[in-house]
Amino acid sequence: MAELIVTDVTMSYEGQHVIEDISLELHENELVCLLGASGGGKTTLFNVISGLNIPDKGNVVLNGEEITGQPGHISYMLQKDLLLPYRTIEDNVALPLLIKGEKKKAAREKVRPFFEEFGLEGTQEKYPHQLSGGMRQRAALLRTYMFSRDVALLDEPFSALDTLTKSDMHRWYLDVMDKIKMSTLFITHDIDEALLLSDRIYLLTGVPGRITEEIVIREPKPRRKDFNLSEEFLEYKRMIIEKL
Amino acid sequence: MKRKSQNTINKKKQDRAAFFWPMFAILVILGAWQTASGTGLISKFMLPSPIDVVKSFIDDFPLLMSNAKVTLIEAFVGLAMGVLIGFLMAVVMDRFEKVYQAFYPLIVLTQTVPTVAIAPLLVLWFGYEMTPKVILIVIVTFFPITVSMLDGFRAADRDMISLMRSMGASKMQIFWFVKFPGSLSQFFASLRISASYAVVGAVISEWLGGFNGLGVYMIRVKKAFSFDKMFAVIFLISAISLLLMKAVNLLQKKCMPWEERK
Repeated sequence: MAELIVTDVTMSYEGQHVIEDISLELHENELVCLLGASGGGKTTLFNVISGLNIPDKGNVVLNGEEITGQPGHISYMLQKDLLLPYRTIEDNVALPLLIKGEKKKAAREKVRPFFEEFGLEGTQEKYPHQLSGGMRQRAALLRTYMFSRDVALLDEPFSALDTLTKSDMHRWYLDVMDKIKMSTLFITHDIDEALLLSDRIYLLTGVPGRITEEIVIREPKPRRKDFNLSEEFLEYKRMIIEKL
Repeated sequence: MKRKSQNTINKKKQDRAAFFWPMFAILVILGAWQTASGTGLISKFMLPSPIDVVKSFIDDFPLLMSNAKVTLIEAFVGLAMGVLIGFLMAVVMDRFEKVYQAFYPLIVLTQTVPTVAIAPLLVLWFGYEMTPKVILIVIVTFFPITVSMLDGFRAADRDMISLMRSMGASKMQIFWFVKFPGSLSQFFASLRISASYAVVGAVISEWLGGFNGLGVYMIRVKKAFSFDKMFAVIFLISAISLLLMKAVNLLQKKCMPWEERK
């Protein structure tokens, strides 16, 4: 049971509100997108949810327990892969377990079975610079998953990739999510990406950023291959563009 | 596979060229030098010929080695302590901003005092044995280590640190997993500098008081006007420095295997 509830979060920098009265919910195994323009306070909100920053107002509750301002409960993945160049992929992925105090050998054994599931076979002994951008993001996602299987925050994880790799990653991502079940809050400024991946979309607009709309995507998962070319898809897209 | 072997051949060619040209330049200079002193253009007591230098190097070899041993021990002890102190200072200054603000200018100040000026004082305070020499070497070697490691620690990716924090990592863990390994290449760059400073520092401190060591030997042969022997010592000192730098390179390759595969 993983449920994340964010209530009335307001956060400011240097006296200026960046986000205001943000409330949202994330249910078990749900993939929810936070869609909005760059610089709209999405990352600020994530820093609050992950516990890195303490909000001026509001709170974050995970599975009924208040975790406002406490890092270490929710896993977080950024746009940059942030793999450590001096560690092999296996040791990078095992990092969250090592931080939790597990022994190196035990941690390695725990992460090993997931390499296949994440399409990372054969990369265990490699260093990050020997992998393509897409593969590095896969490793970063696996590391995120190793930290916590409850709730993950993904901050534009695919936006640094080229278009082809990106659509490849989308297919891979949906596939992996189907297998592992993880509740995910996903930041993006790419409407197509949001429609393709999520069950629900929150629109974050204005300065300071507020959630102005919640859209439920009524398209069953796994999504059909040509969903992004369908009438429904365009209809959703038109609606979102109007509201942004 | 074929392409790979082609690459290694090209690399070998490049290596050979990188070796050949400096060797060529050195031989030309040595040749000119030998001709100049051989034909009497420069008198022998002003500048001994390369052949004379080699001769005295061979003749004095046992003496040179026994003195080199003393100098090397001083250099190693001093360098080891300098690296340790330099590292600890970098760690403390990285951890506590106030310590950094208070002591960083002072540390820079220690480097503006010429070594030749402190060495006699150290002899006065600590005598003619090893202590003053080691202290001098520590003073000259800790600085590059502290400065470069501190830079390395501070250059750690902000986002990486945020990510570590979001995983609940402690400051210690952030240091060992991110900051320390991230500063290793800077550490080795500064270790190369410090290693050569250590040898030079040992020689300088021996000039100003001591019983044996290459510096003491150097003063002795200078007083005897045996410039051929003097040159033999100079040659030995630079050879030692070069070897030490090479050793640091090897150590770096051992300690940073991920750089190898790039």
